[in-house]
Amino acid sequence: MGLFSFFKQEKKKDTATLAKERLQILIAHEHADNRKRAPDYLPKLRDEILGVIRKYVHVNENDVNVKVEKGTDYDVLELNITLPEAK
Amino acid sequence: MSKVIVVTSGKGGVGKTTTSAAFASGLAAKGYKTAVIDFDVGLRNLDLIMGVERRVVYDFVNVINGESTLKQALIRDKRVDNLYILPASQTRDKDALTTEGVESVINELKEDGFDYIVCDSPAGIEKGAFMALYFADEAIVVTNPEVSSVRDSDRILGILQSRSRAAEQGGTVKEHLLITRYSPDRVEGGDMLGMDDIVEILSVPLIGVIPESESVLQASNSGNSVVLDEQSHAGQAYTDVVARFLGEDVPLRFIDVQPKKGFFKKLFG
Ligand SMILES: Nc1ncnc2c1ncn2[C@@H]1O[C@H](COP(=O)(O)OP(=O)(O)OP(=O)(O)O)[C@@H](O)[C@H]1O
Ligand SMILES: [Mg+2]
Repeated sequence: MGLFSFFKQEKKKDTATLAKERLQILIAHEHADNRKRAPDYLPKLRDEILGVIRKYVHVNENDVNVKVEKGTDYDVLELNITLPEAK
Repeated sequence: MSKVIVVTSGKGGVGKTTTSAAFASGLAAKGYKTAVIDFDVGLRNLDLIMGVERRVVYDFVNVINGESTLKQALIRDKRVDNLYILPASQTRDKDALTTEGVESVINELKEDGFDYIVCDSPAGIEKGAFMALYFADEAIVVTNPEVSSVRDSDRILGILQSRSRAAEQGGTVKEHLLITRYSPDRVEGGDMLGMDDIVEILSVPLIGVIPESESVLQASNSGNSVVLDEQSHAGQAYTDVVARFLGEDVPLRFIDVQPKKGFFKKLFG
């Protein structure tokens, strides 16, 4: 180990290393956000389900709730429909 | 069986058109019937890089709209046999490319016996870039060793994995990472991301590294693809990319600092 490697160790972190660290953090975050985001088809799916139900009972827009629950092994499509009270 | 390969990046100006021209020329030079399509509607440039700008009569959009046949629009390269260029339209109509239209052109090329169809994507993640990648079997993701380019490549990879036709049908687009404008000196100096780091961040198999090279500008000045310049390091690196794509096992070149010939070499070498 000579004089040169001594100076090298003293040098502060180079910008390429910084770039790599920043990218790794950013990309990990962006991937996590993508996984959390609801699938694009959800609004359309909800509208169509609403349409089918309305053929039989009258429900309000807000009475149909569609949600995707992300799991580790599989995702769950949760469908919640509040039917009007029977008269 | 013909293959559709998209050259894409997300970020602009990283070397997609240079790569499309070089890659398509390289495939054709190996004897494969190859078409290269410019998807950059409104900003046609591939024809200029390939030196056929004065021979453009009809374009991609004319073919889609039935204003010309595919045969009339395809330009046969005069230097490389088996190479055909389909220029982009200069229209400003963003909706000129339709999925059905693009599909019919690609299908016709397949029926005409083209082995490879190379799609030069425009920058961005809008419609044009989407059209260029939608029908791809394989993708060459062009990345510069620079933070914003790496991030955009990651985004385009996400789109390939979720919105391409292959993905929609439950399959995958085979991905290749191509690092361009690489300067080994700057990597060594610690102010440019190294190839190993980029591969680690994007986790896509590397198909090649193209060095930053003056010959690329010279090639585009004269309208000759850089692969035709046998002296050029970038040209040689592109030739290696084509060989690897075709399954040959070729080691990477031009990735280390070039030893300075001269005084020290004479003294110690
Ligand atoms: N290996 C290289 N060495 C030096 N210059 C290069 C290299 N590759 C590309 N360039 C230069 O970078 C510029 C952009 O290249 P090119 O047009 O291929 O990029 P692009 O990704 O197609 O751009 P756009 O997103 O606008 O379509 C050009 O001036 C080209 O000469
Ligand atoms: Mg381009």
